[in-house]
Amino acid sequence: MNKNKILLLYAHPSQRRSDVNQPMFEAARSLDYVTAVDLYGEYPRFKIDIDKEQQRLREHDVVVFLFPFYWYSTPAILKEWQDLVLEYGFAYGAGGDALHGKWFMCALSAGGNEQAYRAQGYNHFTLRELLQPLEQTARLTGMCYIPPFALFQSRTAKDENRLSTHIQDWLLVLKGLHTGAIDIDAAMALNKLNDNLDCVIGDVVREEQRND
Amino acid sequence: MTEYFLQAFIYLAAAVIAVPLAKRLGLGSVLGYLIAGVIIGPITHLVGEETTTIQHFAEFGVVMMLFLVGLELEPKKLWQMRSRLLGMGGLQVGLSAALLAAIALFFSQPWKAALAIGLIFSLSSTAIVLQTFEEKGLTKTEGGKNAFSVLLMQDIAVIPMLAFIPVLAAPDIAASSVSLKETAAHHNVSLVAGLPAWGYALVIVASVGALVLAGHYLSRPLFRYVASSGLREIFVATALLLVVGIAALMNLVELSPALGTFLAGVVLANSEFRHELESNLAPFKGLLLGLFFITVGAGINMQIFVEQYQLIIGLTVLVMVVKGLVLMGLALMFNIKGADRWLFALSLAQAGEFGFVLLSFSIQNHVFTSEFASVMQMVVALSMFLTPLLFIVFDRVVVPRFRRARQQRDKDTMHDDIHETGEVIIAGIGRFGQIVNRLLTANGMKTVVLDHETAQIDNMRKIDIQSYYGDTTRPELLDTAGIEHAAMVVVAIDNRESINTLVKHIKHAHPTVKVLTRAFDKGHSYELRLLGADYIVAETYHSALELGAKALEMLNIHPFDVEQKRHAFCQIEKEATEELYETWKHGSEGQRFDQNYRKLFIELEGKIKKAMLEDRLDQHNSSERGWTPPPKGYDEDLKNNER
Repeated sequence: MNKNKILLLYAHPSQRRSDVNQPMFEAARSLDYVTAVDLYGEYPRFKIDIDKEQQRLREHDVVVFLFPFYWYSTPAILKEWQDLVLEYGFAYGAGGDALHGKWFMCALSAGGNEQAYRAQGYNHFTLRELLQPLEQTARLTGMCYIPPFALFQSRTAKDENRLSTHIQDWLLVLKGLHTGAIDIDAAMALNKLNDNLDCVIGDVVREEQRND
Repeated sequence: MTEYFLQAFIYLAAAVIAVPLAKRLGLGSVLGYLIAGVIIGPITHLVGEETTTIQHFAEFGVVMMLFLVGLELEPKKLWQMRSRLLGMGGLQVGLSAALLAAIALFFSQPWKAALAIGLIFSLSSTAIVLQTFEEKGLTKTEGGKNAFSVLLMQDIAVIPMLAFIPVLAAPDIAASSVSLKETAAHHNVSLVAGLPAWGYALVIVASVGALVLAGHYLSRPLFRYVASSGLREIFVATALLLVVGIAALMNLVELSPALGTFLAGVVLANSEFRHELESNLAPFKGLLLGLFFITVGAGINMQIFVEQYQLIIGLTVLVMVVKGLVLMGLALMFNIKGADRWLFALSLAQAGEFGFVLLSFSIQNHVFTSEFASVMQMVVALSMFLTPLLFIVFDRVVVPRFRRARQQRDKDTMHDDIHETGEVIIAGIGRFGQIVNRLLTANGMKTVVLDHETAQIDNMRKIDIQSYYGDTTRPELLDTAGIEHAAMVVVAIDNRESINTLVKHIKHAHPTVKVLTRAFDKGHSYELRLLGADYIVAETYHSALELGAKALEMLNIHPFDVEQKRHAFCQIEKEATEELYETWKHGSEGQRFDQNYRKLFIELEGKIKKAMLEDRLDQHNSSERGWTPPPKGYDEDLKNNER
């Protein structure tokens, strides 16, 4: 069985200050089934190579955005990437079926705590709701959207020793995406993937991950 | 005359044969020289009595070495070293001298002789240790730096010792050797003979003062004058003149020439001519030191050794163990850790060349009998002989042990490691190099700037940019500027041939060092690419593009459009350059810009023009492709798809 290849598009404009995303990127980079792309590193002047990026998309089965949550959205280069790479005739519209059937997921860190991201909280919307533009983009381009894998209160995660579990979960999710052992229906019901990883990712993967 | 040639031939041949062999066997050059000396001296008797004369001459190598050491040390750094210098160095000399003197007393030497022995053996060999450090790249390690402070303190301590030893004269030896005294007072020219103590002190202060002032104020105009002549050998002559002159002055006032030149070196450490001086003197220093080591080897008296080998070996081991223990203690006290502690203790455990000087001085002053002194001399020589072996112990036993320990530690803290970036050498500090240098230094990068225009260097120094005079195409200058530890060289000189020579040399001699270079034009950039430069930029390309873009803006094209067009221009140019380069490379010398190349170039122009035009026809094109709106009415299709 051919297992899924993951394209990880990482966007962080200040990597030396990164507590969460950078270690996640480093951890993913060592996996042979992940193609880890540092967008700010590759395109420091925002001159995104459209052909190269489209070719990358064609060669992978799963697309993951990894980023810190900036103003309820992605850092600028990921928006630039979408604007440029998801062309008419490639990602949507007449003949635009290059992404059909692929999986799409966001992995992000947010500064606020989870209680803030709900109708009663000061952010008024859940994370899932705020990411709706990306969810709809995935739908329009024919991709299967997987709810985000997120870490809240990311600024204090390192001090509070929440980071290593998060990275273990992250590797588990990547493994799940790779093997395809993700219960999409169960996942779709969640606000964020790590609310109930146990029921989303099968025991087999869990066992394999433990053995690695 | 024939005799001189023969002797010179023997010494050189011994060195040429023995040193590379010793290095190949991992013994280091010092041991190679020593072995060469033993072979031509006591074993084959190819050389004889004259070794002592040659040795006095060769000691000048030590003098030169200290001058070069001084050049590396700015006064500020010397001042920062003061606690290590006085504390650690002082304690080393004091403790070793006291302990060794006590042991001598225990072996029922008279107290005066015991004290002299203690002083003589407390010193270590600056020549061997620094030379070996340099060879093995240990100079900048913690152990190396501390060992250097101790050696420096010892060199300084030689002066009071020379003053003190006459006090230790034993009356009975003095009485039995009146004749010796006459030869001892020999034909040394001295300015200070017969001066009262205060007068002598005055002369010393005056000459050291003169040295510092002259070094500071006179050297620069002198060097600039010589440099402007453009004759390399005259610069070499000036450098030699300087060192010889200082040594002569110091001898005249009966100070240590080594210390005098060291001081002069420190004074000149800030000078822009530092690297040029270093590269000019280094070969002389190396050869003289080599000669010195050969004479040490040749001077070994086999007869005495055979007769008393048990005593000599016993004493040598005793001296080295005692000194090693004292050094170990100091290393603990001054918190030198790990492999550095061992390096510190093992490297300084021998007696040194100043031991020979003090021994002959002691004979002259009737502290010892000459028979006794020759046994002591053997001990000094043997301990020097054993030092390279201790370095081998360090390399083979100590380093691997600590490396394993460190690797383990590194593994544990993998995410915290900080990349150590080496220095950047910038060759040429004209209009181009200055901008590169400003960007790098503003970001905290360490740069070493070299230029062959003294005026340019002057200007740089006025605005506090560390820069040095020298012909950058000379390999030695790059060596002294530290290319060994450099991460990259930025070639920013403006002479096409010199750029090529420099790039070729660096890529040949230091293939791991990155070379970023400026090219005169396209053809030149191909040449540089062929020579292996890592990054090449035509010196006018980017500024011309910038200006061209501004021109388009002023012709009312939207700035963002201009930016896209500029980028597209660069992209096409870059791709086409590959093709042009291949054509150029396969063309024969002198015909590289042939018909074929010209055709390709015209094609390139066409391509660029087409790319720019496409935009106007509102098609997909490389300059604005990403923002091309979808066709009108596309939303109807999307709606249908949804159903």
